[in-house]
Amino acid sequence: MFEVISEIFSAPVLVRALIVGILVSLCAALLGVSLVLKRFSMIGDGLSHVGFGALAVAAVMNLAPMAVAIPVVIVAAFLLLRLSSNSKTKGDSAIALISTSALAIGVMANSMSNGMNIDINSYLFGSIISVSGGDVITSVILALVVLIIFVFFYTKIFAITFDESFAKATGTNTNVYNMLIALLTAITIVIGMRLMGSMLISSLIIFPALCSMRVFKSFRAVTVCSAAISVVTFVVGMMISYIADTPCGASIVCVNIVVYAVFFVVGAVLSRSKKS
Amino acid sequence: MSLIKTTNLTLSYENMTVIKDLNFEVSPGDYLCIVGENGSGKSTLVKALLGLKKPVGGSIEFGDGLWQNEIGYLPQQTNAQRDFPASVYEVVISGCLNSRGIRPFYSARERGIAAENMKRLGISELKNRSYRELSGGQQQRVLLARALCATRKILLLDEPVTGLDPMVTAEFYGLISQINRDGVTVIMVTHDMSAAVKYASHILCMREDDFFFGKTEEFLKSDASDFLKGGDKGV
Repeated sequence: MFEVISEIFSAPVLVRALIVGILVSLCAALLGVSLVLKRFSMIGDGLSHVGFGALAVAAVMNLAPMAVAIPVVIVAAFLLLRLSSNSKTKGDSAIALISTSALAIGVMANSMSNGMNIDINSYLFGSIISVSGGDVITSVILALVVLIIFVFFYTKIFAITFDESFAKATGTNTNVYNMLIALLTAITIVIGMRLMGSMLISSLIIFPALCSMRVFKSFRAVTVCSAAISVVTFVVGMMISYIADTPCGASIVCVNIVVYAVFFVVGAVLSRSKKS
Repeated sequence: MSLIKTTNLTLSYENMTVIKDLNFEVSPGDYLCIVGENGSGKSTLVKALLGLKKPVGGSIEFGDGLWQNEIGYLPQQTNAQRDFPASVYEVVISGCLNSRGIRPFYSARERGIAAENMKRLGISELKNRSYRELSGGQQQRVLLARALCATRKILLLDEPVTGLDPMVTAEFYGLISQINRDGVTVIMVTHDMSAAVKYASHILCMREDDFFFGKTEEFLKSDASDFLKGGDKGV
C-alpha cells in the first residue's frame, strides 16, 4: 500500500493527474448536487460531448485544446440551459441533438487528420498521462475559481435550487445564477474531461450527489458528503487503475458504482428503521 | 396610504389580454382574498404583483415604504421540492436572502429572524428535520416561516391549502388570521370561497370580463357572490 503511494508520488505525471483530479472531483461534486436537484444532469452529459468535439477540432487545427474547448463549451452550456428551461422546445431531445452532433463533428475532424497522432480513445475514455505541466497550472487556477465562486454564492445557489419562483419573487436574479452554474459546470467539464474522458466525466457530477442524497437530509450535509465521496472515489479509482493497469476514468466510475450500492443499502436500512 | 394600488392595470398572458383595467388597493392590515375561476388571470396577477411580469397598461404602485422584493411570497409547491434534501432551518433562513444583497453567508441577525419565525409558527422543534419527511401541513408552515423571513409587512399566498386535509386547512387558516392580527397584511389567492368570505376583510373576485373589488360585506350583498355560489341564491 505505502509502496504504491510512494511510487505514485515519485512520478510527476501521476502527481499532476492526482492534483487536477482531486480539484475537478471537488468542483464536479459541489455543482452536481445543484444540477441533479434542478433536473439538469443531462446538461453535464451534453456538455462533455461538446467538449469532445471541440478538443478534436482543436487538435486537427493545431490550436491549444483548452483555449478552444472552454469558450465553445461555455457557449454550449448557455444554449442548453436556454433550451431546457424553455418549455416550448423539447429540452431533452435538444440536448441529444447537440451532443451527438458535436460527437460526430469531432469524429469527422479526427478522421480527416489521418497521419496525426491523435488518440481518439484517450479523448473518449480519458488518459492519466494527458495532463501536461502547462495544463496543471490552468486547471488548478480554474478549479480554485470554481470552488471560491461556489462557496461565495452557496446561499443563493441553495435558494434558487430549492425554489426558483420564491427566489425570483424576493428579488434574486435567478437567470444570472443559473448561468453562473452553467458556466462553472462548463469549466469543470473541460478541465476534467481529458483525465476522465468525455464519455465518463458526467459520472463525476451525478454519482456523488445521488449517493449522498440517499443518506443525508440537509443540503449542507449532502454537499459536504458529495465532495468527500468524490475525492475518495477519485483517489481509490486512480490507485486501482495504477495497480491493475486499468483505464483511470473507468476505474473511478466502477468505484462510484460500489459506493452507490453501499449508500443505497444504508439509505434503505435507515428509512426502514425510522418507520418501524 | 395604501401598500399596493393598481390603476387600470392590464395584463396579458402569451399575447392574450387576461386582465383589463383592474383597479384595487391594499391598505396596511387588510386581509384580501383573490377569488375567481381558472383562467381568470389570478396567477398572472400574482406574477405582476411580484414584478415577474410587466403590465401591458396601467400601473402597480407600492406605497408606505414597501419594496417589491419585500413581499413574503408563498408559492404553490412543486413536485421537485417534495423530495428535496434540505433541513427545515435551511429552507426558513433562505427567506432572508432578499436583505443580504451580494454578501455571502448569514449573519447572527438573520439567524435570529429565522429562529423567531420558526417559533412563531410552532416549528422550532422541527429545525433539523428534513423538509421532505414532513407532512403537507408542516411543509406549508415551513414555507410560511420562510415567507415571513422575507417580509414584515405583507404576505402573498398562492392557493396555500391545496392538498391539505380539512383539519390542517382549518389550522392553517387560523394561523394566517393570527399573523394578520399581528399586523401583517395578507393577500391570498384561493379557490375556497367559504374560507374567503369567512376570513377576508376584502374580496377581489375576478371573472372573464369584469371584476368585483370591495369589502367582504359588500361582496356578499352583490351579484358577484351569487355567481360563485353556483347561482342557487338568486333562485
